[in-house]
This record gives sequence, C-alpha cells and structure tokens, in this order.
Amino acid sequence: MEKRLLTGIHLWQGNEACAEGALAAGLTLFAGYPITPATEISERLSARLPAVGGTFVQGADELDSLTIVIGAVWGGARAMTATSGNGICLMQENIGYACITETPMVVVDCQRAGPATGAATKTMQGDFYTVRYGSNADYAIIALAPSSPQEMFDLTIEAFNLSEQYRVPTFVMADEAIAHMRERVVVPEHVEAFPRRKPTVPPDQFVPWRADPETMVPEMAHFGEGYRMPVPGLTHGEDGRPSASYQVHSAMVRRLVDKVESRADQIARYEALFLDDAEIVVIAYGSVARSAERAVRDLRDEGVKVGFLRLITLWPFPDALVRHAVGKARKVVVAEMSVGKLVREVERALAGAAVVKLFPKLGISLHTPREILSFVREVA
Amino acid sequence: MEAVQVKHPALKYYQPGSGGDPTLWCSGCGIGQVWHFTVRAMEELELDPDKVVWVGGSGCTGRMCTYWNHDLMHTLHGRPLGFATGIKLANPELTVICHMGDGETSAIGGNHLIQSARRNVDVVAICNNNFNYGMTGGQFSPTTPLGGITKTSPSGHREGSFDLCELVKAAGATYVARWTTTHPRQSINAIKKAIQNKGFSFVEIVSQCPTHYGRNNRLGDGPAMMKLQKEMSVRVGQAADMSREELQDKLVIGEFANTQRPEYGEILRSFWPEGEEGDNA
Repeated sequence: MEKRLLTGIHLWQGNEACAEGALAAGLTLFAGYPITPATEISERLSARLPAVGGTFVQGADELDSLTIVIGAVWGGARAMTATSGNGICLMQENIGYACITETPMVVVDCQRAGPATGAATKTMQGDFYTVRYGSNADYAIIALAPSSPQEMFDLTIEAFNLSEQYRVPTFVMADEAIAHMRERVVVPEHVEAFPRRKPTVPPDQFVPWRADPETMVPEMAHFGEGYRMPVPGLTHGEDGRPSASYQVHSAMVRRLVDKVESRADQIARYEALFLDDAEIVVIAYGSVARSAERAVRDLRDEGVKVGFLRLITLWPFPDALVRHAVGKARKVVVAEMSVGKLVREVERALAGAAVVKLFPKLGISLHTPREILSFVREVA
Repeated sequence: MEAVQVKHPALKYYQPGSGGDPTLWCSGCGIGQVWHFTVRAMEELELDPDKVVWVGGSGCTGRMCTYWNHDLMHTLHGRPLGFATGIKLANPELTVICHMGDGETSAIGGNHLIQSARRNVDVVAICNNNFNYGMTGGQFSPTTPLGGITKTSPSGHREGSFDLCELVKAAGATYVARWTTTHPRQSINAIKKAIQNKGFSFVEIVSQCPTHYGRNNRLGDGPAMMKLQKEMSVRVGQAADMSREELQDKLVIGEFANTQRPEYGEILRSFWPEGEEGDNA
C-alpha cells in the first residue's frame, strides 16, 4: 500500500498540498465535481486515495458530491469535497443539512472571480459571507484561510480536526492564487488527528442528540453500530424525533450556533507582526495577505509605525482578537479582493475604536505590495 | 369470553413520537402499506435491523424513515439517493433503503436517480408513486398522467409523464419492478429481490392519495382507488402484445429488469491495493 503521509520536502501546488493534507488527516472518502480552480484536488485524490484503500467519487454535480460526503461520514468515513464559485452556491442546501446533523466534514472552497461563472480561472475573495451565511436560517460553521501551499496542507489537517472537535462543517477558504501557487511544502513525520466523538455509553443508555454540557457537542454513533441512530434534517430534540415546538427549536438552533461562536477565541488562528507600537494596522487574509505583509515590512523599513494582522480563522469571526490586535492604533486598513466583506466584520468588531479604511480590488488581479504600500502611506 | 390482543407484526419496528398519532399520513393513504411491505420483506429475509438504514427526504413518503426505529437518515428533498450512496460506500455491509415520493424521485431528484442507476450502486430505491405532491397539497409531478387534475393543473395536466421503470432500466438499474398497493404479496417479493440484488434496485409502488389526487380527480376513497389500480393493471408480458392506444390509462406491472453487472462500490474497491483491507475505519 502507498503511504498516506509523504514525509519530506516537496514542491507542491496548493491544491496538491491540500489533497495531501486531507490524506494526512485520515481522509477515507472524497467526492467532488470538476470545477476550476479546485479540480487538481480531485485529480490527485483520484489516484492517491484508492492507492491507500480509500474511496474517490466523481459526483454528478455538487449536490451529488456533498450528499455522498455527508452520507459517508454517517457510514463511518472521514470525508471531504472541494469546489469553487458556482459549486459553493450549489452546495449550500447540503451545508445547512450538515450543520443541523452536526456532520464533521471538510469543504475546500478555492474562491474564484464571480458572480456566476465570472472569470473562472482567476482569483477573488468574494465568498467570505457565502460560506458563512449561504444556507437558509441560523447556523454556524468554521472557515480557515490559507496563504501558502504549506498552509493548504496544514490547514486542511486543522480543518478536519476542528470539524471533528466541534462536529461542524469546516471550510478551507483558499483562493485561486493559493490553489495554483507552487511552493515548498514540508510534510512532518507524524500528524495528530482529532478522533471522532464516538458514544461512551452502550446503546440502551445512548441519547443521540444530547450534548455534553461543557463542549455543547453530542456524541456520534455511526450507522450499523446498533445505536439506532436517527439523523434528522428536521428540528429535533435530544431524542432526534421531529418537533415544531418553540422550546425545542430554539434550544437546538442556539446550541448549533453557540457551540462554535462562543468558542471563537479558541478557534482563532492568526499571524501578527509589529503590533506593539503600531499606529496603523493592516488586516488581510489569503493571497492578499502575502502582498500586505511585504508592504508592511517595507513600510517598517521606512520607519512607518505599521502593524499587520493576518486572519487565518475567518469564521467564527475573531472579534476579540481583532480588537486586541488593533489595540491603541488609530487606523486600520483592510485589503481584500471584494467590494468589502471582511471590512464589515472588522468595523463591527472594532465598533468605532479605530478608523477603518478599505482597499478593495475586485479579483482577477492581486493587490501588489506596492499598491498596498501606497494606500497605507496615504491613509497614515 | 377472553379478549385476544393481537399486535400488528410491524409494530416492533415502529418508532412512536415521530409526528402524528400514529403517523401523519391521511386515512386511506397508501404509504403505510409501503412501510409495511418494506418491514415484511426485511423480516422474511431475516435481516438484522441494526444493519439496515432507512433514508428519506421530504414529503409524505420522505417521512417514512422517521417511523423506522433503527438507523435512519431523514435528508433533503430529492437527495436520499446521494446520501444512501455515501452510506453504502463507507460501510458496504449495510442494507440501505430509500423511500421517495414520485416528485422527489423524478423531478428534484431525477439526476440522483439516473446516476444511481448508471453507477449500479447497491441501494434499494422504493418509489411511492401517487401521481402528485401530497404534503404540499396536491400539485402535479413528473408522473401525473395527461389530463390529471391537480392544484397546479386545475384544467387538466398538459405535460407528458415519466415511465419511471423504463427510465431507470434505460439508465442501467439491475432490478426494476412496478406493483401497486393492491398487490401486497408481489410488492413484498419485489422488495425482497431488490434487497438481495447486488446493484441498484428500483421498486415503484403505485399508491393511492385519496386526499389530493383522488379527490381532485373524483376517484373515490382509498379502497375505491385501490380497486381502480387493480382494474388498470396489466402484466408486463401481456403489455408486450398491446398497442400504445390499448395501453393508455393502463398500469404496466411486473418486473422490468433483473440482471447482473458490476456494482459501483465493488468497482471502486477493486482499485484498492491487493490483500489490503483499506482503512475506512
């Protein structure tokens, strides 16, 4: 059998690193529909996954793919899909279903320029709210944004672990530039996988949707294990049976949201530079963060008191982290490839504590370090 | 005289508290019969119910799985077959049974249906065909006959309808049968064969919806509709010698396919390294 974990140093494309990260995290089933710029993940896994005794499925579309992923998880698999643009839209109904059924799984979204088919081969960061609010009604998800092929590997593993820990769909929110970038990727000798939260009691004592009061997460029995597991898409109480009572519904929705949102501090992953004496803080994520970091370092060389916050966890949005990072700085620059989405969350989190300026580019062409540098200089 | 208490043999599989008392289906509806046919088939095959997963979607038929007291997945409208495929691929030792209404099977779920048949995935799809969307109040579906009156075809349906058995047969299903709720023994036998078939199996059971389709088309109550189903039924063999005109307003019943070809999961697993179990744990 081929090795799951290709320990060593590689020159990998972001999408290849993502596929390898999934394998390292214990992926046993992948289902996806071809779509630029995520297709390389499918292509690599179509060869690699069967070679380690796993299942690769090419779905008939994104709905087919995600239903297969969710079903497989309840059959005992660790499962993932990868998509982009139109595909992430088509998956939204199933994402809501995965949230109400607390199905641990990973969705990779290699963001591309839109709306609609847009510029399919080009980058953008327009799905910031799509992954968070795209399905109907109230729920919560986790989203991590890689800035390099190395992070495509690392954060795919992290996404699997968080999805198991919180029993929630977790997104790897890449963008086309990161998905197609080739860089050095270091694969460690060992990868820690968060185990599935299996029942700790025998079937006759098992209450399928009773959450642990501390974690707010219930234990999960797979099909065929004798636990008579009801997996309901309807509003349900602890017994998993349908209910339309206000009390049952509000308790369920509250928990689905709170188990993630109230843990925002623990889920927050980030990188910070020069924040101690910063008078202006640049905030960015994904590919844009690479240009932003270069600009910030160059500005520091010029003596400008600028700091840098790269958000890795986008959802749950790390309000406290952003407030703390900005600290006493008077001004904040948000650079993103959209008309302004991340900036809304930053403004909300800061609630007027600093002046927030948006530097948007609308995809296709990345912000250059020079452009960010000039923008910050003007603002400062 | 001592009263004799007889418990319905299907009750031991029935999950109370899943909406309605004892179910949310209307008086005279055929879905309860299909529920009973399914558990009878399983019992006659002596299946371990802990190894059987019922999968449903939305609508009256979609609720069938919620009354099954073992593993169940109550999914999204039209999508049970996708979820079922995932369950089966992850754990091939499970028997996976989907119950779907006609709209779910062939309108919103039409692609899942033909793809499942094409892949020949080892899943049992049972379509309760009552010619309309019941839970939303009786609108036309892809199986509503020409001229049928529904809430969205008040002056008679003008679109053509699917012959679901011919459709899935053409798409590659390896076991295909159609019966009606007036044919309980044949329906049970068909479900047994479907469960035993190693591949995609499709059993259509024509069923009565007296509340909507029956009322809108003045077809009478449940028993009257069942009688009509019997009168309209023509065996597959007989139908072969009948003209298109003669078959109009008839229900062709029987087996449409019972063949063998490689099963989807088996094909996928054939690429696994030899002598290795894989680590799908």
